[in-house]
Amino acid sequence: MSTAEPTGLRRLASELTPTAIVCLAVIALAAFIAIFAPVIAPYDEGTILTNESFASPGNGMLLGSDYLGRDIASRLGFGIRTTLSVALSISVIAFLIGSALGFFAAIMGGWTDTLVSRTIDALISFPAIMIALIVVSSLGSSFLVLIVTVAIIDSTRVFRVARALGMDIVVQDYIEAARVRGEGIWWIIWHELLPNALGPLAAEFGIRFTYAILFVSALSFLGLGVQPPHSDLGLMVKENMQGLLYGSFSPLYPALAIAMVTVSTNILVDWYLKSTGASLPEEL
Amino acid sequence: MVDSTILRVSDLNVAARAPDGSMLPIVSDISFAIEPGKVLALIGESGSGKTTISLAAMGYARPGCVITGGIVDLAGTDILSLDFPARRKLRGSDIAYVAQSAAASFNAALRLDLQVTETPIIKGLMSAAEAHDKAVSLYRQLDLPDPETIGQRYPHQVSGGQLQRLMAAMAMICDPKLLILDEPTTALDVTTQIEVLHAFKKLIRERGTSAIYVSHDLAVVAQIADHILVLKDGRMVEYADVEQIVHAPREAYTRELLAAAHILPKSIPAKKPAPLSARQHPLLKVDKVTAAFGRNAEFIALKDVSLELAEARTLGVIGESGSGKTTLGRVICGLKAPLRGQVTLDGQVLAPEIQQRDRDQLRSIQFAFQMAETALNPRHTVGKILGRPLQFYFNLSGAETARRVGELLELVEMPASYARRLPRELSGGQRQRVNLARALAAEPRVVICDEITSALDTIVAQAILQLLDDLQQRLKVAYVFISHDISTVAQISHDIAVMRNGAIVANGPTADILKPPHHEYTELLLSSVPEMRTDWLDDVTRSRGNGLKVAQ
Repeated sequence: MSTAEPTGLRRLASELTPTAIVCLAVIALAAFIAIFAPVIAPYDEGTILTNESFASPGNGMLLGSDYLGRDIASRLGFGIRTTLSVALSISVIAFLIGSALGFFAAIMGGWTDTLVSRTIDALISFPAIMIALIVVSSLGSSFLVLIVTVAIIDSTRVFRVARALGMDIVVQDYIEAARVRGEGIWWIIWHELLPNALGPLAAEFGIRFTYAILFVSALSFLGLGVQPPHSDLGLMVKENMQGLLYGSFSPLYPALAIAMVTVSTNILVDWYLKSTGASLPEEL
Repeated sequence: MVDSTILRVSDLNVAARAPDGSMLPIVSDISFAIEPGKVLALIGESGSGKTTISLAAMGYARPGCVITGGIVDLAGTDILSLDFPARRKLRGSDIAYVAQSAAASFNAALRLDLQVTETPIIKGLMSAAEAHDKAVSLYRQLDLPDPETIGQRYPHQVSGGQLQRLMAAMAMICDPKLLILDEPTTALDVTTQIEVLHAFKKLIRERGTSAIYVSHDLAVVAQIADHILVLKDGRMVEYADVEQIVHAPREAYTRELLAAAHILPKSIPAKKPAPLSARQHPLLKVDKVTAAFGRNAEFIALKDVSLELAEARTLGVIGESGSGKTTLGRVICGLKAPLRGQVTLDGQVLAPEIQQRDRDQLRSIQFAFQMAETALNPRHTVGKILGRPLQFYFNLSGAETARRVGELLELVEMPASYARRLPRELSGGQRQRVNLARALAAEPRVVICDEITSALDTIVAQAILQLLDDLQQRLKVAYVFISHDISTVAQISHDIAVMRNGAIVANGPTADILKPPHHEYTELLLSSVPEMRTDWLDDVTRSRGNGLKVAQ
């Protein structure tokens, strides 16, 4: 498996295709908006500026107003900030839990592996959205509950990938060499296993990140995700849905933002896998 | 020109396409000819282009490679001028190829007969019944047991040597004009190698087939080839008949190959026995160890094995695949807990598992792996690979570690600047040196060397053996040298233990083991090592009599 190398970034950059450049630009733009939303947004996300619902663009409102008369452009900026940061937190936590457990199961083998794997299987067998709905509605929706719940659900998928990757690596002699030296399990995972799994894991991170965006947006759309007056892409779609009846594009902007970020990420992941020759293990 | 030549290759050039589009030559200006019924051997180290040439003889280049020039003339047809479908038509019927690993070439889910007879049937050359009869006659010629019914078995129901012969039957069933054998015996044990070589030789002689035999082992090739083409870095070094190559090589490189060949040393190496004081206290003692695999320990890998090893000495452990020699190494270093018995180091009983051994015990016994490719983490620099044991066992600071890494690299005769390199930036021999240096970094008293020279070319392996010897004299380290290759073991060991089916059948000083009278199995092993003369195989087969039954 030849994945990213020390000189990898420079080599990767030389293999950028036009499509990959466009996708990278979209993601960079989204990241820029997310980070600087409070600075670049003309208005606060909660300020009601006009009595007119679904006002047309103009009067200092670039994309018009939403159903409460707030500035859509500003809310879009804050929405991207919320959605991306929530999705990113979810993915990071999911990866910390999932890959640590997956590698641990792979390296321990035997009944430890069986126990962890079957527990995760049991979790996976419930539909993700159902678990999320039950947990969030019973604990009440806050950023913390949302992030932790979705991260745990997501970590089960990460676990499968990490375990499969780990299984391929633990049979290598260099793992055995570390064992003969007397190294501890976590040292082996961190120093011997992780560097060799990083390439495929990075790709999987991209995929999980898009799922997290979609999942959080779906929850918000159902009213259980991010709560008003905070702005969130899924929430914005929900709030402004009836605007379509009045000929306003207002729910389409956030929907477009979701689509652009997720599709770009997916294409980038595919490009990354192709240009590094890495592949994701089949989830078993 | 009318002649009877089966295959004529002239000025063959094959190149690989580099990522930037330029062409890197792999083999250059190769010319040879094969007469009917003759065998040409292509011999050289890995990377010398021998497989590339044999594939080009079928008009095939591996993905990424292009045949850039030359003529491949098979019985009057210029193969390279044919288009792909025409070339494909030739393969299997006019040219047949036997790959190194028969196990990988058979479909495990289909009966052997079906696979052996597939080519003539799909090409419409024979009916199923004709093909079956033909297969049975080939099985008989190849000395396979139960020629009538062996085809009904599945690949896992026959041995490795039998599978290799079935592979030859598959290749020969269309009576090809040219048979290409690519290292067909390299993966086999010596005793099996004899059977297969004998069967191939008989088949080629009886059928009058021409063949290309690819190998890195001159002694094996000497038994079967009429002409030998010695290759180095994709170029012809020497091309002559077999007697000349073996007895009067012209080129220095050929002589080097001859010197490094896996043959038994003419005289037993004069390894001086260690002083008596060292013999009195065995450093490492394996005492009646029994080990088993399986849920209920039903597969016994070691049976009551007892061994002793003194300081600064080498114990060679020889055995064929499945003899338990690797398990023995794993029990000693704690990777496998024995069922019964114990291992003592300097009088101290070692815990059966690594986790229960203290750091000093772990440090004292190091393990060097067979495949340096997989034993070195591809993501770690040489400096990190060698530095970790230093920090782990001796708590060295960063600067001290760097200094010791430099020393270790010098110890294994590599420049200190290599510390910044990654394993893939090293050659196979250099990787094996780093592998060894890592074991030595712990300043061990015993190093277990598990087939560390088996994956290397003979000349490189020779240098590693020399290094092991030097290191032993300087560092007083003891080796357990595990190998299937009796010639390597004989060269380096003070004592030899011969293993078979998990038990030690003979054990003693090298000179005693190699001098007659031998144990029956030792005798078989010794007599199975090819000798560097062309009539060795015929002699052995004659002396073993009918069908080499001793081996089974």
